[in-house]
This record gives sequence, C-alpha cells and structure tokens, in this order.
Amino acid sequence: MSILNSKIPEGPLAEKWNRHKSAIKVVSPANKRKLEIIVVGTGLGGASAAASLAELGYKVKTFCYQDSPRRAHSIAAQGGINAAKNYQNDNDSVFRLFYDTIKGGDYRAREANVYRLAEVSPNIIDQCVAQGVPFGREYGGLLDNRSFGGVLVSRTFYARGQTGQQLLIGAYQALNRQIAKGNVEMYSRHEMLDLVKIDGKARGIIARDLVSGEIKRFGAHAVVVATGGYGNVFFLSTNAMGSNGSAAWQCYKKGALMANPCFVQIHPTCIPVHGDQQSKLTLMSESLRNDGRVWVPKKKEDAEKLQRGEMHPNDIPDEDRDFYLERRYPSYGNLVPRDVASRAAKERCDAGYGVNGEGKAVFLDFKYSIERLGKDVIAARYGNLFQMYEKITDVDPYKAPMMIYPAIHYTMGGTWVDYNLMTTVPGLYSIGEANFSDHGANRLGASALMQGLADGYFILPYTIGDYLADEIMTPKIDVKAPEFAETEKAVTDRIEKLYNIKGSKPVDYFHKRLGQVMWDHVGMARNAEGLKEAIKMIQEIREEFWKDVRIPGELDNLNPELEKAGRVADFFDIGELLARDALDRNESCGGHFREESATDEGEAKRNDEKFTYVSCWEYKGEGVEPVLHKEDLVFENVKLTQRSYK
Amino acid sequence: MADKILKELKIKVWRQKNAKSKGKFETYVINDISTGSSFLEMMDILNNDLIEKGIDPIAFDHDCREGICGTCSLHINGRPHGPDTEVTTCQLHMRKFKDGETIIVEPWRARAFPVIKDLVVDRTALDKILQAGGFVSVNTGGVPDANAIPVARDDAEEAMDAAACIGCGACVAACKNSSAMLFVSAKVSHLAKLPQGQVEAAARAMNMVSKMDELGFGGCTNTGACEVECPKSISITNIARLNREYLKARISR
Ligand SMILES: Cc1cc2nc3c(=O)[nH]c(=O)nc-3n(C[C@H](O)[C@H](O)[C@H](O)COP(=O)(O)OP(=O)(O)OC[C@H]3O[C@@H](n4cnc5c(N)ncnc54)[C@H](O)[C@@H]3O)c2cc1C
Ligand code: SF4
Ligand code: FES
Repeated sequence: MSILNSKIPEGPLAEKWNRHKSAIKVVSPANKRKLEIIVVGTGLGGASAAASLAELGYKVKTFCYQDSPRRAHSIAAQGGINAAKNYQNDNDSVFRLFYDTIKGGDYRAREANVYRLAEVSPNIIDQCVAQGVPFGREYGGLLDNRSFGGVLVSRTFYARGQTGQQLLIGAYQALNRQIAKGNVEMYSRHEMLDLVKIDGKARGIIARDLVSGEIKRFGAHAVVVATGGYGNVFFLSTNAMGSNGSAAWQCYKKGALMANPCFVQIHPTCIPVHGDQQSKLTLMSESLRNDGRVWVPKKKEDAEKLQRGEMHPNDIPDEDRDFYLERRYPSYGNLVPRDVASRAAKERCDAGYGVNGEGKAVFLDFKYSIERLGKDVIAARYGNLFQMYEKITDVDPYKAPMMIYPAIHYTMGGTWVDYNLMTTVPGLYSIGEANFSDHGANRLGASALMQGLADGYFILPYTIGDYLADEIMTPKIDVKAPEFAETEKAVTDRIEKLYNIKGSKPVDYFHKRLGQVMWDHVGMARNAEGLKEAIKMIQEIREEFWKDVRIPGELDNLNPELEKAGRVADFFDIGELLARDALDRNESCGGHFREESATDEGEAKRNDEKFTYVSCWEYKGEGVEPVLHKEDLVFENVKLTQRSYK
Repeated sequence: MADKILKELKIKVWRQKNAKSKGKFETYVINDISTGSSFLEMMDILNNDLIEKGIDPIAFDHDCREGICGTCSLHINGRPHGPDTEVTTCQLHMRKFKDGETIIVEPWRARAFPVIKDLVVDRTALDKILQAGGFVSVNTGGVPDANAIPVARDDAEEAMDAAACIGCGACVAACKNSSAMLFVSAKVSHLAKLPQGQVEAAARAMNMVSKMDELGFGGCTNTGACEVECPKSISITNIARLNREYLKARISR
C-alpha cells in the first residue's frame, strides 16, 4: 500500500461530503472537554478553526508569532471572497464554482475536495454576516458582488478593498469570545519550532517565547498547522515580513509529505521593485484590471527614453502604445488569469520594452476609463488603492499610468492532506494556505479566503472528531515524556548552533541572494538546466550561511535576527525542494511554466498523460535526496481541456 | 517624482534592553538613502549596518508593511507614525525627510503599553479590551441566510468606516491621557451600526469601557489628538456614539 491514502469517499460527487459526515465518528460533549487541540496560526484558517473547535467544547491552545492574533497576514487580502450564492441570478451554482476552480487550477487538484469547498462556501457568507462583517451592499440592503479574473459570473463578496481584514476580524472576534470564556489559551509572540511525536502520533509542539526566549513544551491530542504560505523563499513577495514556511517544514521533517511545492502564484499587478534597498512588494488588487488597460510602448526607442526618465508616458500617442494583452488575448484581454498576465509582462520586459529605470515594469492605465466613466466613478471604485499607490511611488494614478510588475504572491503547494485535512502524520492536520488541497497549479482570485474559512469553520471541526473519537481514553499529554525532552534538545541545539556561528554577514544578505536565485531560475519561466543550476547555487549559499551568518543580541531576549535566521535556514531547504519538484514536472501548468513544454506561440502546454498527479515528497534525512510519491488525480466529472483565453 | 539620495541622516533612537532596564537615546549616522525607500527599509539598512559593526540592531515591530496589520508602531519626530497623514509607519517614505536631518524615533509611550525592547511595546491590553465584549455572540453554524436581514447601505458603510481600525494604538500614543477611547468607540460603532451587533450594543459598550479603565488607560477629555494621528481616519464622532451606548447601559442597569 502506498503511504498516500486520500480517503476520498465513495459515491457521486455531490453526495460525497454528506455521506462522509454521516459515516465519521463524533465525540460526546463530556469527552470533548478532556481533549486538547493545538492550533498553530491565527489567520483565517487558524482563527476560524480555533474558535469553532472551542465552541464545540474542545480545549484549545493557539499560537501566533505576532503580538496579536489579529495581525496574521490574512489581514492583507484586498479583493474579496467567492461563494456560490447565486444572489445575482446569473446562473452560478456549486457545480459552476467547482468547475471554475478545477479549470482555473489547470486540472491539478482533487475533484472531491474542490467540490466540498464550493458546497460549503455559501455557509461562510452567512456566518460572516452573523458575526458583523460589513460586506458591501446594494441600496436595497442586500449583499453586492464583484467579478474576478477567469470566471463569467459575479460571485465575489467584498468589504471595500479590505475583505481579508474584515473576515479576519470576524474570526478574531469569535476567537476572542472563546478566549474570554477560558476555552482557548492564546499564546501570542510564540513561534512553533518543532513538532513532537509520540508513538508515531502528533502530540505537541516546541515553541519559543519570542519575548523571553524561553523554549516551551505544549502537549495536545491533535495538532493543527495553519501557518500560511512559504512565498518568502523568494525574499521579495507580497507576503508579510514574518511569513514563513518553518512550521510546515518541521512537520515535513517529522514525516508529513510536502505536495506540489513548485506550484507558486505570481501576481501580475504589484508595485515594481525600485533600486536595491527594497524589502517587500506591495500588491495592487486584481480588481484594477477591470478598468485599467495594460500597455508598453510599441517603439523600443520610446521605452528606452522612459527608462532614462527622458519621456513622460502621457506623451506617447495611442497608436504607439502596445496593448499587448488585448493584442494577444482578444477575448479575455486585460482580464486573462494571473499566470498568463504575468508571463506576458515578463515577455515584453525581457524584449526590452520595460518602462521604469530597471526596465522591469509595464503600465496599467486608467486614462481610458476615466474618460469613459469620469474620475468620481473610478475614485469610488479604487480610491484607497490609488492613495496607497501614490504614498509609495509619489505618482498620482489619476494623472499618469500606474507602473506594475509581477511578484510572488501565493503558494498553492503545501503539506499533503487527505480528505479529512490530516497529513501523513496521524493527528497532525494542515489547513489554509499551508496545505496543498484545493487550488491545483493556479489559484483563482478570491478563493484563498474561501478555502481558509471553509477549512476552519466547516470542515476540520467535523473531520477532526473522527480521529479524536479514538483518543478519548488517552490521558492529558505529559510534556515530561522523553519525546518532548528530545525534541526540545534538538531545537535548543539548532538555535545554539546558529547563534554560535558568529560570522560576518546579517541574515538578510543570504536571504536576498537566495531570493535572487529563486526569482531568476525558479520564477516565472523554468527550464531543466536553470533548475539544476539553482539547486547547486542554493546548496552553496546555504553552506556559506551556516559558516558566516552573524546573529547579534541575546538568546534570552527578544531577538528578531534570531527569528529570521531560523526561518531563512528553512527557506534554503524549501527552495531546494521547490526547484527539485519543478525539475521533475516537465510540463507547463498553471503557475508552473517549463520552457521545454510550450506551444509554438509560447503558450503553456500541459502534459496530462504523464503529469496528472500530485507530487508528494518524503523527507529521508539531512543531505539525502527526498523520495517522490505520486497521488494520481482521477477526473470523473470534468473533461480535461487545454486552457485558452484567446 | 524621481528619487533622490539623502546623503546623510542622523537617527536618534530610543534604546532599551528589556522591560526592566532603563532606556536612553543613541544617535546613529546613516548614508545614501533613496527618497523612494520606506522608513522601515531605512531602518533595515541601518540595522544591517549595525550588525556588521557588531552593535545590537534596533528592535521594532512590523509585519505586513502595507498599512493594514497594525503592527508597526513608531513615534517619529514627535508624531505617532511620523510626519505624513493617513499612513502607518510602514507606509511612510523617506521623501518626507530632508538631507542632513536628525530624526527622533521613540516607542509608543503609554502606561498600558510597557516597553518590551527598544521600540517594541506590549499592546495586549487592546486585545483584552476586545475580549471583554468586542464580538457578536454567535457560534459557528445555525445562522440565518446572509440576505435574510437587509442592512441599509449607509449603515453598512458607516460600520465599515469604523471597522477599518487596525488596532495599532496610535490614538493612545497621541493622547496626553493615554486614553483608548477612539479604539474602543470604533469597535462599539462598527457593531452597533449593524442589526447583528445591536442586540448586545449597550452591554458591549459598558464592558469594554470598564475593561479599558481597569487596564490603566486614561479618560477622554476630547482633545481630538487621536483623530489627527489615526492612520485610518477613524472619526471622533464614534466616541459620541460610544457615550450614548454607555449611557443606555448605565440607565438600564
Ligand atoms: C497581499 C495579499 C492579498 C491577497 N488577496 C486575496 C484576496 O483578495 N482573496 C483571496 O481569496 N485571497 C487573497 N490572498 C491570499 C490569502 O490572503 C491567504 O492565502 C490567506 O489569507 C492565508 O490564510 P492562512 O490562515 O492560511 O494564513 P495566514 O493568514 O498567513 O496566517 C498564518 C498564521 O500562522 C502564524 N504562524 C506562522 N508561522 C508560525 C510559527 N512557526 N509559529 C507560530 N505561528 C506561526 C502567523 O502568526 C499567522 O497567525 C491575498 C494574499 C496577499 C499576500
Ligand atoms: S482608532 Fe486609529 S489610531 Fe486607534 S488603534 Fe484604530 S487605527 Fe490605530
Ligand atoms: S507593518 Fe503592517 S501596518 Fe505597518
């Protein structure tokens, strides 16, 4: 038997989840009180799970590295959340949302999981409204919707440009209520550094109190990891500075398989990099592509003048502008999916038509929609984004076009989970962006928020009961057990090893170099030679890091450099696995583009015959090559077609 | 529009090893900063400089770096979030400063926000206020359809205005009484404006205000300093609404 058992229930697609729910075990209220659950992470996934589990009666301990659970990076999501409510009467349905998600993911996700996601999506909106989430409304008082890239219906709910913030505050308030009741113990400024296993089962974690530096042990009957994505392996991304892959990586080292690590989403509309002092990239919402037109100059000499700052974009007449998305994709135009838009921008810039000093930017121009609709309409739609853009760049987008460029944004890959969201380690669950489950090779806009809340409010609280029902006789986990001592020692040894290197360069120096290798060779376009080269370079930088990094400060005090060092140490390993996975997958699908697998026009070419599987990597020890397991994807309800947006 | 280089800046910054030790100002010189860099990128560069020189870098709080998580919290040249309007520290850019300038950087100062290290303070008191009542008491599941209760668009918009608070604490740092009234009123208004939150509105106001007093925040004397420094333009009219709800709760007691 393969170690991968996806536990997809039998029966027709639309009945799987209901059948499964009736078949799985339930824990009695009296027993729930005796069972403890650790939830690591307080984003949409973690906060919704922790609150819901505590409401059910479990004893929950929750962790985040920020000073408050409300600051998880879910807060930064702008655009919206999808749900198959069909409030617009535009013939949306659970099946259509399911189908769009499977197709958008380029047929590399599990049908059963995605269908369930679509099925519970309407409940999410009900729940959020009941919590007081102030979604945008129509004058009649009912909820309003937006459209997002890659779909033909309006199913996106939003709260201005701050949807993630409002959804997270809703979940955080539910969490606060449980903290006040004593059902959740909240550990802020605590970072999970390792997973503790006893007899093969997840039984707790080792965490560092980031203020005192104390290494602490926490036990539980089950552990849920909801620690977000690993996009910061690229150094520059739209993730928060502290976003990391470390918790998931420690789980990997303890036996949880990593799935599809090479599926990374590059978002086409971010503010471009300026100079070399930058530490983070800012997203400009995808919704802007509804009213902005993307272009670069037709003439190379114009582009060169723009690069030298000798010309203003407004001086280039329409006939000299190349609206390359409209030219290449007449039917979707500026609204092609993210991966397609990103690659097209890179193609123009690589050909020498980039429009900023670095030659790495294209224009997103609102002139045409301002002429058509008036400035007020545009201001009402995007005012806060325009203000943000102006604060950062000092350019007024009402008067001159925005400059944008693609940036790393989201990781579809993550910890492998079965239908119950359990990893290959019994009792260890993974939810939200941290798992791989629903988005295949490319995530549609407004679907990550949906997935995080679906996992936390409506899926995990049911499926975890099936496991815990067999644990009711297990007494409170004793953190004095030798397994805790051993794991704690490994954690302390590693911290001391890092700290005692006392080299000459700060952590950022190495992280930036890693990021550059990743962006150049494992970024928007990949090929076998470049990937092999990248693996070699990553290994070299990692070796240097372990010899020459300098971590100042004390171990028993707040020490942000020490925190960073631990995360970056793991990013080297994650980056290497990412490159390895990209090397194995010699096809182009979704966000993963292999130059060897393209049509004559340079469009992505999938290879269903060879690659209709989930790549699942198993850790085999330090310095040993990981082993690839394949979970074959079976499509019974949709027909695989080559995506076309022409 | 084009970025310039600030050749030299002096950064006079509060250094404090931990909660127990006494702090003091130190001044560092930093060169060649682009006006297009953000204030925190300047701090990153300064810190990497310090590390290479063998000096402990300056601890400061930050995470999203796009003005939404509320983590960043620097008091710059006498103002919470520095010399720009409607921005958080992470959105403040170096074009707001002049070459040769001395920039003074301090932590939030308030009794309820003890310093943890350098510029990092403990703001868990804000979480505790919200735990006292800043929620709607509903469990997951068993709620009505989202469109079952229509909400007037203006009410939803006003609720959203108040809900935009990022919990940064700049209002407290700006207030000479260290009052958290703006923060509390934002939450009370957000929920009171929606039918879902109205049921518990009065009790919520009462519980949150008592908690605020208990945690060592000062009283509100209507100076309006909070509104000026709030990066999300939370209006002090919310405080009037809070007072109304609070009064209702007192009367019905
Ligand atoms: C700028 C931006 C805009 C976006 N816009 C949209 C959008 O409009 N619609 C949409 O659907 N999606 C959007 N996304 C994607 C979506 O926001 C995220 O995928 C989603 O919010 C992730 O939620 P999460 O709960 O999995 O993780 P996060 O919200 O990232 O939370 C991670 C949590 O884990 C904690 N943590 C991490 N590591 C550790 C550790 N070692 N120990 C302890 N705690 C730890 C953190 O403290 C945090 O609480 C956007 C993403 C970005 C970056
Ligand atoms: S009211 Fe304004 S200043 Fe106060 S915490 Fe909220 S966002 Fe910050
Ligand atoms: S770092 Fe998030 S608001 Fe400034």
